[in-house]
Amino acid sequence: MARKLPATDVVIVGLGWTGSLLAEELTAAGLDVVAIERGPWRDTSTDYPTTIDQDELRFGIRLDLFLRPAQETFTFRNNLNQSALPIRQFGSFLPGNGVGGAGVHWNGQTWRFAATDYKLRSHLTERYGAKFLPEDMTIEDWGVSYDELEPFFDRFERIAGISGKAGNIKGEKIDGGNIFEDPRQRDYPLPPLESSYAMTLFDAAAKGLGHHPFPRPGANASRAYTNPLGVAMGPCTYCGFCERFGCGNYSKGTPQTAVLPVLMRRANFEARTLCEVLHVNKDASGKRATGVTYVDAHGEEFEQPADIVLLCAYGLHNVRLLLLSGIGQPYDPATGQGTVGRNYAYQSSSGARLFFDDKRFNPFIGTGVLGQSMDDFNGDNFDHAPHGFVGGAGISCASTHGRPIAASGTRAPGAGRWGMSWKSQVASTYQNTTGISGQGSVYSYRDCYLDLDPTYKDRFGRPLMRMTFDWHDNERKMTNFIAERCTEIAKAMNPKTLQTNRLSEHYSVVPYQSTHNTGGATMGENPKTSVVNKYLQSWDVHNVFVVGASAFQHNAGYNPTGTVGALALWAADAIKTRYLKTPGPLVQA
Amino acid sequence: MMRRAILGLIGAAAFAAPALAQDLSYETIERGRALVTAGDCVACHTPAGAKPFSGGRAVETPFGDILAPNITPDRATGIGAWSDEEFVRALQQGIGRDGEHLFPALPYTAYSKVARGDLIAMRAYLATVEPVNNAVEPNQLPFPFNMRFLQVFWKALFFTPGEYRPDPEKPAEWNRGAYLVEGLGHCASCHTAKNVLGGDKAAMEGGALQNWLAPNLTADARVGIGAWSEEELVEYLKTGHTARSAASGPMAEVVEFQTSKMPDADLKAMAVYLKDIAAAPAAKATPLAADRPVMKAGAAIYADNCSACHVGKGEGVPRLFPALAGSAVVQSDDATTLLRMVLQGSRSVATDGAPTAPAMPAFDWKLTDAQIAAVVTYARNAWGNAAGAVDAGAVKRMREALKD
Amino acid sequence: MATSQSPHGIRRRDLLTSTAAAFFVIGADAALARTIKGGLPWAPDSVVPPTPVSAVGWYFFTALEGAAVEAICDRLIPPDDGKPGGKQAGCAVFIDRQLIGSYGAAERFYMRPPFAAGTPQQGTQTPFSPAEQYRRGLAGLDRYCRDSLGGKGFAELPAAEQDKLLAAMEKGEAQFAGVSAREFFELLLQNTMEGFFADPLYGGNRDMAGWKLIGFPGARYDYRDYIGEHNKPFPLPPVALQGRPEWIGR
Repeated sequence: MARKLPATDVVIVGLGWTGSLLAEELTAAGLDVVAIERGPWRDTSTDYPTTIDQDELRFGIRLDLFLRPAQETFTFRNNLNQSALPIRQFGSFLPGNGVGGAGVHWNGQTWRFAATDYKLRSHLTERYGAKFLPEDMTIEDWGVSYDELEPFFDRFERIAGISGKAGNIKGEKIDGGNIFEDPRQRDYPLPPLESSYAMTLFDAAAKGLGHHPFPRPGANASRAYTNPLGVAMGPCTYCGFCERFGCGNYSKGTPQTAVLPVLMRRANFEARTLCEVLHVNKDASGKRATGVTYVDAHGEEFEQPADIVLLCAYGLHNVRLLLLSGIGQPYDPATGQGTVGRNYAYQSSSGARLFFDDKRFNPFIGTGVLGQSMDDFNGDNFDHAPHGFVGGAGISCASTHGRPIAASGTRAPGAGRWGMSWKSQVASTYQNTTGISGQGSVYSYRDCYLDLDPTYKDRFGRPLMRMTFDWHDNERKMTNFIAERCTEIAKAMNPKTLQTNRLSEHYSVVPYQSTHNTGGATMGENPKTSVVNKYLQSWDVHNVFVVGASAFQHNAGYNPTGTVGALALWAADAIKTRYLKTPGPLVQA
Repeated sequence: MMRRAILGLIGAAAFAAPALAQDLSYETIERGRALVTAGDCVACHTPAGAKPFSGGRAVETPFGDILAPNITPDRATGIGAWSDEEFVRALQQGIGRDGEHLFPALPYTAYSKVARGDLIAMRAYLATVEPVNNAVEPNQLPFPFNMRFLQVFWKALFFTPGEYRPDPEKPAEWNRGAYLVEGLGHCASCHTAKNVLGGDKAAMEGGALQNWLAPNLTADARVGIGAWSEEELVEYLKTGHTARSAASGPMAEVVEFQTSKMPDADLKAMAVYLKDIAAAPAAKATPLAADRPVMKAGAAIYADNCSACHVGKGEGVPRLFPALAGSAVVQSDDATTLLRMVLQGSRSVATDGAPTAPAMPAFDWKLTDAQIAAVVTYARNAWGNAAGAVDAGAVKRMREALKD
Repeated sequence: MATSQSPHGIRRRDLLTSTAAAFFVIGADAALARTIKGGLPWAPDSVVPPTPVSAVGWYFFTALEGAAVEAICDRLIPPDDGKPGGKQAGCAVFIDRQLIGSYGAAERFYMRPPFAAGTPQQGTQTPFSPAEQYRRGLAGLDRYCRDSLGGKGFAELPAAEQDKLLAAMEKGEAQFAGVSAREFFELLLQNTMEGFFADPLYGGNRDMAGWKLIGFPGARYDYRDYIGEHNKPFPLPPVALQGRPEWIGR
């Protein structure tokens, strides 16, 4: 029997990036906010200081900061003809956990989805005709525009402390920046990071081929910085312990380094850690949430009543909570009816690996963001008519790290995986290899979706969420095209040998690829093809907002966090300026 | 200052007759609140998590613990039944309600300087605080220190009562600063070393307590505040952080509860006064040679452990990681604070003006006594710094002391 | 995150918060902290440092199992030209110490039934923890060697025979009783590489041999002075979490 607690104005499920941003905005507006996080409290000096952070085994391989599959995992199958089985050890993607969520240990790469992304179906149909899109591609317009989101991108970039060089300020294109980006009101708050040697070689080769490379933007501070909330960050030291690791010297933009020092001082904010929300509660009508029920570390159940419920638990967990709470109609791929779980997407990749014999790349000097990128073949930045596919990839040559356990598997062509055949080349390969890779879009399909598994359960007896996903021909064609572009640039860098890497035949959950899981609680104009409206408000339960990459109708060729951060601030603004004045549905369907 | 003294006198004159009547006018209470903040009464009289001023918090002295009494207006267990005169006498003379001598854990040597009118206003503010029933027996000292009458001798040696007298040669701002620093601020309670009987030694040349060193506040450029500007002092007191320094440990509490809440003009006055405290003559310090084995080991340890925050030449990062080059904490003869920071780490203070509160990690599990001695000796003698070497034995003693 | 055990009491003066409001972590186990408000919690001894393993003896393997694993590690990463192989680098010690901990017990993995064989894309569905996989795998390997390779254990075979068997395991051409030789080989290779390149405090990478082989500078955190030094050798020696010889004092 759950013990009922005193009511609060807002309850937030999950205290990662979106939870922290929304909590800061709403407490500043005077609301009482309680955030419930099932992982532990985390902070720089107590969890990943510079005295323990450089431990690849602990953080990079044993994944100390991540969600344990034992606590929650997913089941997976490629298609409807298979039975899904549990992901018993995370591989392909690594969900975060704890206060700060994956915002603690992300790389920091930060982008804005293109203006065309938010109205993808309309745009592609207009440019190429409806028949150009595969029949089973289920992309939709998002219901919001880039222009509406621009001020919120700007604010997120300033809160997180993004280093970069603008390529388009108010319509004026700037050499050295990303000339394909949509207009921004002003430059990034910090200049770009310093380039590595590999980046300079890529930059020359790409320019020589007529492309437009620029330093990759992201949340590794190139200088000491104080953000608009008054929180101070230090300069990045190129330590090479970024993704999977917390930042020990306050130079990665995270909830800890950007928001929590201010948020935790507010008398109207409270965080409860090691407490897992079981479900959102609704009133008798089913159209209004009354709060959430959660279990604490001792197994005791509590009910937290609230006027507003924000799901900020990471895209995948948001979708599972909606399904477990009976909010919205679950998607059925057979009938095409329902919305919750629809349009699950991921990230594709392809590229080239280069091997030299006379270089010193010093790969251990790097940052999570460090890389030279180009958008010439991303999104709809090029004419797709001759190619027979849609979508594209951001192509980068990166210097993110040279951690040895991870690097040990990179082998010169012909080298074995072990024995002298491996050992005799490992030292040379370590210093002489670099890569050019395309982080590609994945559009949405009828048979790529999320629902509740019929067999496997978590420790509370709740069904795990089932992920049904595989690559489609569109992405295969696109990534092959990108692989060829990467190989062209690679050749222009004059390596001794190179390998071209293409998408695997079927999507596998085994090798790490990306933790960019998107969709399942999509935003849109039409309640029949979306779960939330343009303000991320549930169509079905008007005091529930679902914030995260679950809102994406498709995934673009960019890391999602910049867009997730902007959407979180956009939703906060809608709650403050619209919902609080007139509680109820903000959009009439 | 004059105006307030006059108001205090008027208040006292108007209400002198009835023992329990008080001037509870709005402005008196507000003035009292500011003064109680300046005196940082809450720090000793409020245990963590308890109601303000309800007493019971242990103040550690070299002679044992004294529990700060309940100074809420509760009549049974607080000071609700005290008269104004009894309150003033306690703070100016160190005499309790029943005529007993108070232990100088209450820094009446400093509070004696506070004008009577100000004390009355403080009493008025305290009278508005929520009364809490919490009986506290302050005297927890072991025999023979628990014998209050022995304070007679202590006072004879170390206590000269009397309100602050402004120096007519100095500007009003300086006198205001002196009044605050020497009076309610009671900075000398920590920043002046104490002799074995608990009396003051050389004024404001630094003092150790509870395994922290409150540094030298004289004009010495190497170990005092000689290199600080008035602006830096004000910023430090107001926000707890400057480009080169950060408040930590007991000073973090001073900033958090006391100085960050004081008006800018008062902080400026304190800075003016502090900057005028002359340095004692000191021999020129020469740094240890860089090629000494301990310096080379220290340099290696520094590069591998410290430079990622404090930067290669000890420059630090403004308002985030304190500068070690030119730091008084690093170069003080007494290396207490330096050693405990390295061993145990510390979190700097968070204020509205500087909310980040960066924290130094602990190295006690990671570095041996000899390694800490080497890196600390290196920091004390590199980049223009000069100070005596620290040996492994000193590190070991600090490690033991921190276990308590 | 591992539970933090604070061996020292929290001293009042170390609790810093912006208000006198109810706070956190009074008590030994920071991980049970629940309600946090009023400031960023901090207490000394909150960090969970890594625990260096002892270099001596076997805690998981029997003597025979240990000898077999040492021999395997020495073929996966052979010694050559004065450069240590897997055995001298301590890879078998590393694996032994990992198997008695939470990794060996599969504490973090989802180990609920039902177990069913899946497609390669669905990832491992083994019901056995790494510790159990080693017991079974080594037993299967020993049985195979004694039955098919002249009655000797793996450690007693000549190096060329050992290499041949490992290659067969890798390709799925050797069948062990009761366990997949191929899956066991993958686990061995993964763990040996981990041991060769992890921080030496975990038992492998002795004297930073693995890092010295490839020129990885170890537990460093500040490369600001070197990011601009393109195509030049990095001048500093490697350092482990527990230091390097130049630190002295240990």
